[in-house]
Amino acid sequence: MTATLISPPAAEPEKAAASRGLVDKVFRARELTLLVALVALVVGTQLSNTRFLSEQGVKDLFLNASILVLLAVGQSVVVVTRNIDLSVGSVVGLSAFACGKFASGSSHGVFTVILIGVLVGVACGVLNGLLVSLGKVPSLVVTLGTLYIIQGIDYYWAQGEQINAATLPEGVLDLGTGSVLGIPYLPLIAAVVLVATGWYLRSYRTGRELYAIGSNPEAARLAGVRSGQRVFAAYVFSGAIAGLAGALWLSRFGTVVADAAAGWELQVVSAVVVGGVAITGGVGTVWGAALGALLLTTIASALVVLKVDSFWQKAINGALLLAAISIDRIVQVRVTRALRRRNARHG
Amino acid sequence: MTAVPTTPGGDPPATPVLALRDVEKSFGAVRALHGVSLELFAGEAHALAGENGAGKSTLIKTLAGVHRPDAGQVLLDGEPVTFGNPAVARDAGVAVIYQEPTLFPDLSVAENIFMGRQPRGALGRIDRKSMHRTTAELFRRLGVALDPEQPARGLSIADQQIVEIAKALSFEARVLIMDEPTAALTGSEVARLFTVVRTLLEQGAAVLFISHRLEEIFALCRRVTTLRDGRWIASELLEGLTEDDLVRRMVGRDLDSLYPKQDTEIGKTALRVDRLTREGVFRDVSFEVRRGEIVALAGLVGAGRSEVARAVFGVDRYDAGGVEVDGRAYKAASPTAAMAAGLALVPEDRRQQGLVMDLSIEHNMGLTRLQALSKAGLIDRRAEHGTARDWALRLQLKYSRLSDAVGVLSGGNQQKVVLAKWLATGPKVLIVDEPTRGIDVGTKSEVHRLLSGLAAEGLAILMISSDLPEVLGMADRVLVMHEGRITAELSRADATEETVMAAATGRSGASASSNGRDAAA
Repeated sequence: MTATLISPPAAEPEKAAASRGLVDKVFRARELTLLVALVALVVGTQLSNTRFLSEQGVKDLFLNASILVLLAVGQSVVVVTRNIDLSVGSVVGLSAFACGKFASGSSHGVFTVILIGVLVGVACGVLNGLLVSLGKVPSLVVTLGTLYIIQGIDYYWAQGEQINAATLPEGVLDLGTGSVLGIPYLPLIAAVVLVATGWYLRSYRTGRELYAIGSNPEAARLAGVRSGQRVFAAYVFSGAIAGLAGALWLSRFGTVVADAAAGWELQVVSAVVVGGVAITGGVGTVWGAALGALLLTTIASALVVLKVDSFWQKAINGALLLAAISIDRIVQVRVTRALRRRNARHG
Repeated sequence: MTAVPTTPGGDPPATPVLALRDVEKSFGAVRALHGVSLELFAGEAHALAGENGAGKSTLIKTLAGVHRPDAGQVLLDGEPVTFGNPAVARDAGVAVIYQEPTLFPDLSVAENIFMGRQPRGALGRIDRKSMHRTTAELFRRLGVALDPEQPARGLSIADQQIVEIAKALSFEARVLIMDEPTAALTGSEVARLFTVVRTLLEQGAAVLFISHRLEEIFALCRRVTTLRDGRWIASELLEGLTEDDLVRRMVGRDLDSLYPKQDTEIGKTALRVDRLTREGVFRDVSFEVRRGEIVALAGLVGAGRSEVARAVFGVDRYDAGGVEVDGRAYKAASPTAAMAAGLALVPEDRRQQGLVMDLSIEHNMGLTRLQALSKAGLIDRRAEHGTARDWALRLQLKYSRLSDAVGVLSGGNQQKVVLAKWLATGPKVLIVDEPTRGIDVGTKSEVHRLLSGLAAEGLAILMISSDLPEVLGMADRVLVMHEGRITAELSRADATEETVMAAATGRSGASASSNGRDAAA
């Protein structure tokens, strides 16, 4: 071994620790900032209206957030690969209606109904995934197309019909209202999916490959990552989550019309971006995305409690989105510069 | 540190680790490789020589499993194999370091090295601790100071290449292929790279090395295979060959001289830079360039040379000092004013700063003269085409149609288009930044002949170059920068590799012949 010929340079660990600290700080900062904003918002609202944090208020908050959190988690998995899934709103609508059709007037168990929803979602995900990974068409265009196609199918099928809570089996409605140990089912399901996905993305090879694809697609190809398969799988996952969300939608609202969740895709993408998942891929966590979804939902609820015109809600969401991407850009430029300077000094 | 022999002695084992036999590869009508053979032996560095467009990149991608040959065989330990995709080649022990490092900027250095092969612990989870430990160990073996958990974003090119080499080490690559790894490195970084490569050679790796710098080929390699126009020309031992022999095989003809700067009549001052300062970047930079003169701006990468050029041309602002063309000052921080004053800048990075790759040759050439080429606000396409044709002829541009996208041209021809684009503006002063970086030997001497001819016509030329033979061969005067200051001004007679390098590294207190302007600082 000649390796011993080369003596390791001194004063190394210091530099290493410094640059790691900086980077860690930046990435943790997003989740921390969101958390602080969330707490400030909740405290502020509570001070002006004490009913905001009543037991029912908190329950409503989490119930409202669950579906958006779920969808944000699914969307994140797609976005880290430098793709996007705009069809999620339509998939939720179709899945909710399909589940409703299947369950109404029957005595099907809740698990069967959920399974139907997930299958509808998977089918949509497979369609998106095939078009994006095999067709090599930009995902923005593909999923914009499937958004309308899936919505069209939903409208055609429904023909103006609506699903009523009265006709649904009890088990399905229980899912939306019941709880275990005081925690409602919906947030519980969202939390389980969130934790599992976060764990998977961080700790498994295929999870890391999703980030690699988004960070540098060409390098991923040269590293032997099967990009097509991974992107396909990401779409199937996002579809499955949207399908699940559709079943939960049915159980929560009971009444479903064809355009349920229409337009939600933009809220989901907002939540993901506010949560720090870079739209250019490779960066971000599902934790951030979930916090983003929670923040957007809380803002909506707070505005209602504070009796602010709902018009403001959209303006605030928009401002938040612009602030989030501006911060991302500034942070990125700064970090790159700082790292360069550090490396230049050492080289 | 003991000296490592340049090439391990002894005869190579009979069977090459990796070989190509009579490989053919075409892209559409273009035949990229035609009957090419190559044999790589363990413990031996093998050079691949050839001009740009000779088929070197295609050959590498064939070895790496990116391309599949149309005919012929890839042999691993003498057995025919099929590398269906890069992962298969990698698993067979073939590592490739591409010209442009291919890293994931958002992921940590350790993840970059182990992507797809991360060590796994319980439940198939990635064992981060072990991954970081192994990475640190790899860096220790390479003798470099990098933090495994640092993201790849922001690493210098040299460090990015080290990460690529660590990746090759991590899967115990038996074959290491390096495509122009030294193009963007400074002298000391090249030395470090070579030390690492020699260590790998001693451990029995086979290396395929590509470089346009012939002296590096001779310093590192034992054998050389030469390609010309996609054809195999020769595979031979380097021992006994001269640089001229190698160049002759690459271009298929003799080159009169690599650096033909002709004597010219030096006229009056065209460009005067006076105590130009940009805080933290360069300080008190003063020099002049006269008509008919080529002045080289030498120095290490990062000495501030390109930054001075950008400030002179008005791309960047400066804090103090002044610039004059033909005795007249012009507005700072405005490229338009600089162009109007008679300046032209051919930037270092042609792909990003010099050309619009998807645009046609003629449109690219016309970009600097949209005003002059237009009639009543509309661009006169015929005039544009005519000017482009004239320049293409004058610069001996190799192209099929002027309406072809610039991106399809070879590097040397792209550089000619950039030159044409700026020469068409009829400048008094031409600033060229690294005019021949990444250009093959044949085109290189053409670019040199061209610059020399332009100087003879009375153009003042400021040439930034890291290529020392080019600086010494082309320049009437050499200015050397070190850490943002001019540390020496050498006449053609006084400029040698030693004097220039001494000033560039800041070692000398400005040598005898320099004006010593900034030596005291």
